[in-house]
Amino acid sequence: MNENPASAEPGPSPLADATPLAGPTPVVAFRNVSIAFDGPPVLEDISFSLGPGETRILLGPAGVGKSVLLKLTNGLLRPDEGSIMLFGHEISPMPEEQLFALRTRAGMVFQEGALFDSLSVRDNVAFQLIQEGVPDDEIDLRVRDALRFVELEETFALFPASLSGGMRRRVAIARALIHQPELLLYDSPTGGLDPVTSTTIIELIVKERDVFKTPSLLVTHRLQDAFTLCTHRFDSEQGRMVPLPKGHTDPNTTFLMLEEGHLIFDGSLHELLHTENKFVREFLE
Amino acid sequence: MRYPVQESAPTRFRHTANTMAIDGIDRAAKKLVLTVQDYSLFAHHAVMNLFRPPRYWPEFLIQSDIIGVGSTSIVLLSGFFTGGVLALQSASTLSAFGATAMTGRFVSLTMIRELGPVLTGVMVSGRNASSMASELGSMVVTEQIDAMRALGVDPMRKLVTPRLFACISMLFFLTIVADAFGILGGGFVTIFMNHQDGPQYFSSAWEALRYPDIVQGLVKPLFSGFIIASIGCFYGMRTSGGTEGVGRATIQAVVTASVLIIFVDFFLTQILLSLFS
Repeated sequence: MNENPASAEPGPSPLADATPLAGPTPVVAFRNVSIAFDGPPVLEDISFSLGPGETRILLGPAGVGKSVLLKLTNGLLRPDEGSIMLFGHEISPMPEEQLFALRTRAGMVFQEGALFDSLSVRDNVAFQLIQEGVPDDEIDLRVRDALRFVELEETFALFPASLSGGMRRRVAIARALIHQPELLLYDSPTGGLDPVTSTTIIELIVKERDVFKTPSLLVTHRLQDAFTLCTHRFDSEQGRMVPLPKGHTDPNTTFLMLEEGHLIFDGSLHELLHTENKFVREFLE
Repeated sequence: MRYPVQESAPTRFRHTANTMAIDGIDRAAKKLVLTVQDYSLFAHHAVMNLFRPPRYWPEFLIQSDIIGVGSTSIVLLSGFFTGGVLALQSASTLSAFGATAMTGRFVSLTMIRELGPVLTGVMVSGRNASSMASELGSMVVTEQIDAMRALGVDPMRKLVTPRLFACISMLFFLTIVADAFGILGGGFVTIFMNHQDGPQYFSSAWEALRYPDIVQGLVKPLFSGFIIASIGCFYGMRTSGGTEGVGRATIQAVVTASVLIIFVDFFLTQILLSLFS
């Protein structure tokens, strides 16, 4: 796998007619976004941004709209109000045909992996490459590289039904990484997994963050995972995740927190731990 | 001066019940109109995709195999036994008029004009509308459809359009198989059970057929194929509510497709009869 995705040359953009923002642009920017589904708003007046090289961890209890926010980010859902900028393009009014092209620049890891049952691990990971008509030899090479990154090279020819929950998530991460995305979206990547497997997944996310430096938005309700991400780094020499020195945190990993559809916190781990917000304090305790 | 009329309790109850009933009808009507509108847009989108790249020909071939080859045995058996039953029933009625020689004519015309297309449509609907709805429904509830969209692939193009055109083309050939085996089934009963003359049965079956009969029989499966795939995929793609929702979508798909096939067949028969009369 190419370890410098920034050097990868982007293909011809079908979005040439869309007007990008002037100046340095955040990878993702929400401005006063609201959405409802046949009832009270699920998200209301959400504003935040994700800059290049940043990892933002979206915290909140179950059912608060975290996954909805993630699906709004790459246009899988459309907001009722507000604007969403992705790679400098306003995606809220964008036709689905144009969105398909834009989405190929972002990788997404779904809650349960969302692997295609009828395809082998190789074809799942290579899904995007197959659609683009990449030659089989190159596909095999890149799939093996991606699977090696998640330490699952031996699953190359298996089908998703024969994988455990943790292995499915790791294959999903490989699928999201194979196209060298410019943004990664993780939807509760450790949800429903045992602590050991969760740590393996978090280690992979830390490895991805520190090796490729891809901007990421990660949804979780598990504080332990969020804190591990913030207080650890990947040591390439040792080939594993190691804790940062005591009192240090990753400066590019910050937090967002949702409560009943509202964004109630946006800041660093230090700010999170010292906030006076009653709901955040209850959540942390 | 007018005084406000005080309603008695039973009258108030009746008014409330009437209002609730009207609200219920209103909601159901709106839901129906909305579903028809969604279906029309869905079907239009699925058809138009064939005229714009990318086209997924390997998926078309896979679906043709699943729908066409996979349904051959049930279509063949149902056609054969329906033809047999037709021969049994018609022979007993025609013998009262001394017209058992007309059995072949009766079986071939009934099979080719009506029973072949409708029976094939209903059988394939039971097998494939359900499989499409449950397969796509499962993909929706396990987020595989969202994953496909997130990977930059249009599920309408990749999943729906190949199924639609595979079903239309395969139903055409399956109907021919059902017609042929229906006539063979009728021949089997005529020769081995009714002990009548075989060549007479087959020659009357052949001579009775006219060009409009063939056209009638081969136009109908094109519509049935469209109904089966579009309804199966439509209910599959709008599945919600987890595994229970998948079951609900499957039932709705089979019921709607089967009823629509018979409903559309009625109008098509009227139109085609008036065209060829």
